[in-house]
Amino acid sequence: MSLFDWFADRRKGQFVGKVIQETDEGDGLWGKCPECGQVVYRKDLIANANVCSNCGHHNRIDSEERINLIADEGSFHALDQDLSPTDPLGFKDRRAYADRLRESQANTGMKDGVITGFCKVESISLALGVMDFRFMGGSMGSVVGEKITRLIEGATAKKAPLLIVCASGGARMQEGMLSLMQMAKISGALERHREAELLYMPLLTHPTTGGVTASFAMLGDLILAEPKALIGFAGRRVIEQTLREKLPDNFQTAEYLQEHGFVDTIVPRPQLKKTLCSLLKLHGYLPDKQKD
Amino acid sequence: MARRYLLEFEKPLVELEKQIEQIRELARDSEVDVSQQLLQLETLAARRREEIFQGLTPAQKIQVARHPHRPSTLDFIQMFCDDWVELHGDRTGSDDQALIGGIGRIGERSVLLLGQQKGRDTKENVARNFGMATPGGYRKALRLMEHADRFKLPIISFIDTPGAYAGLLAEEQGQGEAIAVNLREMFRLRVPVVATVIGEGGSGGALGIGVADRLLMFEHSVYTVASPEACASILWRDAAKAPEAAAALKITGPDLLNLGVVDEVLKEPAGGNNWAPLKAGEVLKEALERHLDELTKMSIQQLREGRYRKFRSIGRVLDPTTSETGLSA
Repeated sequence: MSLFDWFADRRKGQFVGKVIQETDEGDGLWGKCPECGQVVYRKDLIANANVCSNCGHHNRIDSEERINLIADEGSFHALDQDLSPTDPLGFKDRRAYADRLRESQANTGMKDGVITGFCKVESISLALGVMDFRFMGGSMGSVVGEKITRLIEGATAKKAPLLIVCASGGARMQEGMLSLMQMAKISGALERHREAELLYMPLLTHPTTGGVTASFAMLGDLILAEPKALIGFAGRRVIEQTLREKLPDNFQTAEYLQEHGFVDTIVPRPQLKKTLCSLLKLHGYLPDKQKD
Repeated sequence: MARRYLLEFEKPLVELEKQIEQIRELARDSEVDVSQQLLQLETLAARRREEIFQGLTPAQKIQVARHPHRPSTLDFIQMFCDDWVELHGDRTGSDDQALIGGIGRIGERSVLLLGQQKGRDTKENVARNFGMATPGGYRKALRLMEHADRFKLPIISFIDTPGAYAGLLAEEQGQGEAIAVNLREMFRLRVPVVATVIGEGGSGGALGIGVADRLLMFEHSVYTVASPEACASILWRDAAKAPEAAAALKITGPDLLNLGVVDEVLKEPAGGNNWAPLKAGEVLKEALERHLDELTKMSIQQLREGRYRKFRSIGRVLDPTTSETGLSA
């Protein structure tokens, strides 16, 4: 924002001094960083890819915002947008799975928890999948598995490099074993992509856990992660409860994984597009000359 | 008398067995001929056992699947192989005792056998880590499978684990990565792979050795995406709802056959595999040889394409472009 905007908003009579506690909702002009407490101007925050300029805290962003950060403007073409979940087990816990699905669909405007498609990153073709944590915790059911598998198969056919932005609590229990088997299905498709000597990079964002970690999140030729993202196989509470082990403070953070050799590079979000572009070019993927 | 480990729902059988035992003792001490009565009671006991085991709920099946005397990976290997050499180590610094493997011969065929190994008692279970493999276990499994691939040995995998080990060291050593790499690399194998859930198949820890051309399951085995206890505490916010979760998750052989996850469900003796382990061994051996006969006739290309298609087709989605529910491949 500029000072000019600030005055313009002020003239509209809006109250600008109010501190909004929740940074990821509401439409206030100001927000408070949940990490350092700094009051930040929302436009600044958005301009900085939702990263706090004071402490570097990465606020959660949804799949659409993520695509906007990565893809050249207007270049993203979504695939399989209408693929919808079913309720194969007729699952009901305290609430019916069908109701939970409807609610998530209404809240997000998505059919299920991942957007897939092809795009250009500074004119370089890229197959892109973005999981959305808002949709039932980014859990992986049949639709997520199917859309990602189709994306990978498409990338293999078009000889395109692949980026999957992971954000998931793991398997979608409401789809039972069908959900677990998506791990194998996606890994099989990745094997073919790899066999074709194409570059695959997962980007691990907060949080990446469970079945996603034990499949495509860890199968990258290069594994990228966002600062401080929680990445792990088992939940911290499970480990603490069952084993009574003292866990280090940075346990299961991106930094911890990098220290132990499972993450190639940690990329702050404002540098994401630039880093991606460098990596693609360094692997010989070049900008398309002709426009489509 | 009751040396055997009893499950809650087996209790009605205890009375009958006590009676049978008493009559036997009586017969030993006297000259009375009780064979008629014995036969009658034994038939009755067998019928009751059959009835009870026919009607097991998913939660009860979990108990059978976790029965400490249920035949384990090493039990089956001992039953199948005259010639067996266990092989150790992941070649990166560890030898997991919860996931074992080696080469043996079944009939005329040299095969690689591997699987999770639980213990029978507390002491053995501590050594075996309750059948929960570490990243080193999965890497050892992969090393052995790659060995089998090089020497053209079919792979027989036994699944029997509550899940992959969840601990500080396991996370540090990359539990997720170890399983993930197995999932991918098993699609590359040029030899037949037959996996069988012999006890409990716990989530990713089971799948880590479960990418197979054929997936078999015993009648009272279970295969779960998350343990019903964990599922209940997450979705119901109450771990005591585990039986409900067990039913809702569709974890039994017949359910998974319907969902297209499992290829064949193997019949168990009444009373479960622990009741007649040798019989269970015969059933499994027959099935394994039958599937291997079919699979070894296939070309490498057919085998790998078939394995890919098998997993590719799992899942239920609604696809308006084909206006089709169900299989989406």
